[in-house]
Amino acid sequence: MSTPVTAHSVAEPSSRSKLFASVLVVTYAVITILPLLWIFLTGFKTPPDSIAYPPKILFEPSVEGYVNLFTTRSRQTPEFLASLPPPQTWYERLVRSRNMVIGGPSKVVPRFLNSMIIGFGSTFLAVCLGTIAAYAFSRFRVPLADDLLFFILSTRMMPPIAVAIPIYLMFRQLGLSDTKLGMILLYTAVNVSLAVWLLKGFMDEIPREYEEAAMVDGYSRLQAFFKVVLPQATTGIAATAIFCLIFAWNEYAFAVLLTSGEAQTMPPFIPFIIGEGGQDWPAVAAATTIFFVPILCFTILLRRHLLRGITFGAVRK
Amino acid sequence: MIQMVRALGATAFVVASCLGSQAVAQTKQLTLCWAAWDPANALVELSKDFTAQSGVQMKYEFVPWTSYADRFLNELNSKGKLCDLIIGDSQWIGGAAENGHYVKLNDFFAKEKITMDDFMPATVVGYSQWPKNTPNYWALPAMGDAIGWTYRKDWFARPEIQADFKKKYERDLAPPQTWEELKQIAEFFQGREIDGKKVYGVYTYTERGSEGITMGVTNALYDWGFQYDNPKKPYQMEGFVNSPDAVKGLEFYKSLYKCCTAPGMSNAYMSEGLDAFKSGQVAMQMNFFAFFPGLYKDPNVGGEKIGFFVNPKQKFHFTQLGGQGISVVSYSDHKDDALAYIKWFAQPEVQKKWWSLGGYSCHKAVLSDPGFPKSAPFAADFLKSMDIVKDFWAEPAYASLLLDMQKRVHDYVVADKGTAKEALDLLVKDWQKVFKDEGKI
Amino acid sequence: MSTLAERAVSRTPRRLALRFGGMSDRAIAWLFITPSVLLLLAINIFPLLWTIQLSFTNYRANRPNAALRYVGLDNYRDILTDPEVWHAMQVTAHFVLWSIALELVLGFGLALLINRRFRGHSFWTTIILLPMMLSPAVVGNFWTFLLQPQIGLFNSGIALVTGIDPSSFQMIGDVRLAPWAIIMVDTWMWTPYVMLICLAGLRSIPDYIYEAAEVDRASPLRQFWSITLPMVMPFLMLAILFRAIENFKMFDMVNLLTSGGPGSTTEVASITLKREAFEKWRTGYSSALAIILFVTVFGAANIYVKALNRVKQR
Repeated sequence: MSTPVTAHSVAEPSSRSKLFASVLVVTYAVITILPLLWIFLTGFKTPPDSIAYPPKILFEPSVEGYVNLFTTRSRQTPEFLASLPPPQTWYERLVRSRNMVIGGPSKVVPRFLNSMIIGFGSTFLAVCLGTIAAYAFSRFRVPLADDLLFFILSTRMMPPIAVAIPIYLMFRQLGLSDTKLGMILLYTAVNVSLAVWLLKGFMDEIPREYEEAAMVDGYSRLQAFFKVVLPQATTGIAATAIFCLIFAWNEYAFAVLLTSGEAQTMPPFIPFIIGEGGQDWPAVAAATTIFFVPILCFTILLRRHLLRGITFGAVRK
Repeated sequence: MIQMVRALGATAFVVASCLGSQAVAQTKQLTLCWAAWDPANALVELSKDFTAQSGVQMKYEFVPWTSYADRFLNELNSKGKLCDLIIGDSQWIGGAAENGHYVKLNDFFAKEKITMDDFMPATVVGYSQWPKNTPNYWALPAMGDAIGWTYRKDWFARPEIQADFKKKYERDLAPPQTWEELKQIAEFFQGREIDGKKVYGVYTYTERGSEGITMGVTNALYDWGFQYDNPKKPYQMEGFVNSPDAVKGLEFYKSLYKCCTAPGMSNAYMSEGLDAFKSGQVAMQMNFFAFFPGLYKDPNVGGEKIGFFVNPKQKFHFTQLGGQGISVVSYSDHKDDALAYIKWFAQPEVQKKWWSLGGYSCHKAVLSDPGFPKSAPFAADFLKSMDIVKDFWAEPAYASLLLDMQKRVHDYVVADKGTAKEALDLLVKDWQKVFKDEGKI
Repeated sequence: MSTLAERAVSRTPRRLALRFGGMSDRAIAWLFITPSVLLLLAINIFPLLWTIQLSFTNYRANRPNAALRYVGLDNYRDILTDPEVWHAMQVTAHFVLWSIALELVLGFGLALLINRRFRGHSFWTTIILLPMMLSPAVVGNFWTFLLQPQIGLFNSGIALVTGIDPSSFQMIGDVRLAPWAIIMVDTWMWTPYVMLICLAGLRSIPDYIYEAAEVDRASPLRQFWSITLPMVMPFLMLAILFRAIENFKMFDMVNLLTSGGPGSTTEVASITLKREAFEKWRTGYSSALAIILFVTVFGAANIYVKALNRVKQR
């Protein structure tokens, strides 16, 4: 059947209905992306431009937001500035032109590094533990499997604040408060549930025949796992890893309650980037942008598996 | 198999790098924790002298005001070692003293011959004593502060504005002495067009999350006669917190918020006020004296354009105390160096330099100096204010008391819930519950 | 396949092969599952039990040296009779219900439209997906900027479309509008989530069913009611389940957008919990509240999942 039977066929939509659909969807997409675009643009405004009213759509771009993000500055009187040696670098010049002096680097780089270390560390551990547990659930008849799986899912039903109360006390006892190790352990525990569910789905899709053939050929179960199943599961593992990373990357509640200086990640840091009065919106926008870039790349890479990831593997396309 | 070994190696590396990063630094170093604001930048400058003198490197952890209490009380409660020195808020003294967060400084002061008589009495009581009015010291007064007001002197000076005002109110336009006068001026400026832009009368504190609206409303409440408890019978609050006069004061603060503030200021504290004033949105701004040096230096509204006045009076004359003392954290591994810092900071020469850089010294050598009132346009007002300061509860349970007041006041002033009397009655009940839990009543 | 097997056998170190080679499937299963279960026990179950224990005491985390007193069910009684707690639950329920309703309508609608597979639909779908990949805390923060009456994009945008003065209303500061502000931001963030799930549901319906219906001259509306909706229903219900659980727990976005204000009009349950636990330091009391919240979600989820399974079987 190549021609649609009716004008509003679902199986084969007419070109008019396609046009109608595209107009609506594009309109929604544009409206929904506007806030993000605005934030991106705000990163390139000067602080006075960013709080201009009415809001400025056309403005003179400047990298002041990014410079402000990476430095700490203090305002001085013109006389004091005149007494200083001339600025050495382009960013020092920019800051001086605003009657300010650079005091030193800001904390954004350590925070970003913390996000990376804690994110990748917890992801790595969660995926390791999750892969082997998922394999076991997939291949073996584990007693109480359904209950265990639901138990694993239910660990994500507690509000993070609620979980944080005893964890705070525990960490205080064990000396893990405000440590990267403590945060890695915590995020691993939270991510393991996601990892197990997702990877079980992926494992289920790998036909058993391959391992069974390998075992007939004289492998042990473990060898079959490492040499036959794992290579086939790499896409699934990669997809799971990225979802775990996204959770750890974006997490705020635990980070703000359990860290303060050493182990603080970006999400508790970004909303509190202060300028001379209120928030330094260009710097906040700059931080949001650079924090989002890795996730943006991952989203595009992961498009195929996104659906599975967000539903704990319950839904596959 | 090789993959597994590599994987294990990677894990070990990750774990080791985490543990390694907690190794104690070998060079001498102190971490000072404070709020992220202008005076903190000034302290960074000042402390370079200490480093030059003692060889101890200074590291800083500055946190914005809205999360300052959260973050550092959390840190202290989890016995964190992040801070060696902390410039804690005046209300933390009770809790910090009783829970062993701060090092008691009496012996140290005696040994180093630092006497509290060298500091202004109001600051000693407010920032370093617990229990209040007893000679037990937990901090050195570091930053004197109180609520004051700024106004656009240049707008007040314009002849057409002065003429308009005189016509309307039959008196000269001048910084207000009473709250009624302040409201009149605010109404006058509300919605007026100045230099092609619509401006608003006044900026007041309305922040919900930490302590903002309380720090604002108390300035009105105190002046109408609000008291925390019966001076003769501690913790008796009925009739003092919710006296008819206190109710009137609360109603006045709300009427000022409703009539004469800029839109979008429903959750605003110190930084939003600075923005509003600097961008020319408001004629008068309530804020802490700590910001006035920075405002005076501002290219847009500073210099000749800015004026200052003390919190107006009504039946009484008070202003809300701000300010902090500097303490040594008892969990620190560098207490000796931290005490050395305090000894250095307490010297009169250092205190004088502190004032010149923008920090509000509490030392008598600075404040009682005859040249002080003229040293800055806001100095005289600061001295006057420090004479009339009143502080919130400094009890160990102060956080609960503060949060209760935040909720009741914000509910009434911003969210239009109930009447002023109901808000204060509920507040009395809240506070009674807290004190009952504490065993104080 | 045998070459793969041979290669693997030759590469496995002899020691390891001998050591593990003899393990039974059973042993391996336990070896593989135990680490995860142990970690979850340590970081989830043990703390949960500790929370339950704390909920029967008057412990305060900022007074670790004070004498611990068991108060029985006092904390629970206080919570269940506290009008402020009920208010917070009401606010949470309002938030959850309306955000899910809007996300369902928009998400399902978008999925239906995207399913027409017009040119470029893949690209636009990716664009629509972006908001949900952001950190909720960062989203809450920059939306305060966007919702500022004078300098924000939102009010100016509304002014452009409707002609009203941008500074005449404020989403965050107004008692009536603030609850809708949090719903709006949540919908902005998570509509793509529901959309993706619905899309999967729609694509799981084979074409031949529609073609058969068209042969039978069924109207589009009829097709929608009797084919599309029932077959997408399990997916819709799954989306509702996940969103409901997430929004019930919601803390980051709301806290940074409104701090629970003005007053307490957007104080969702998690914010109340955070204030009690980490600002007032009433650890025992807040543990009881945490247990109550958990039991609510767990119980509701259980009932819901049973209903979902029944729908799946139909």
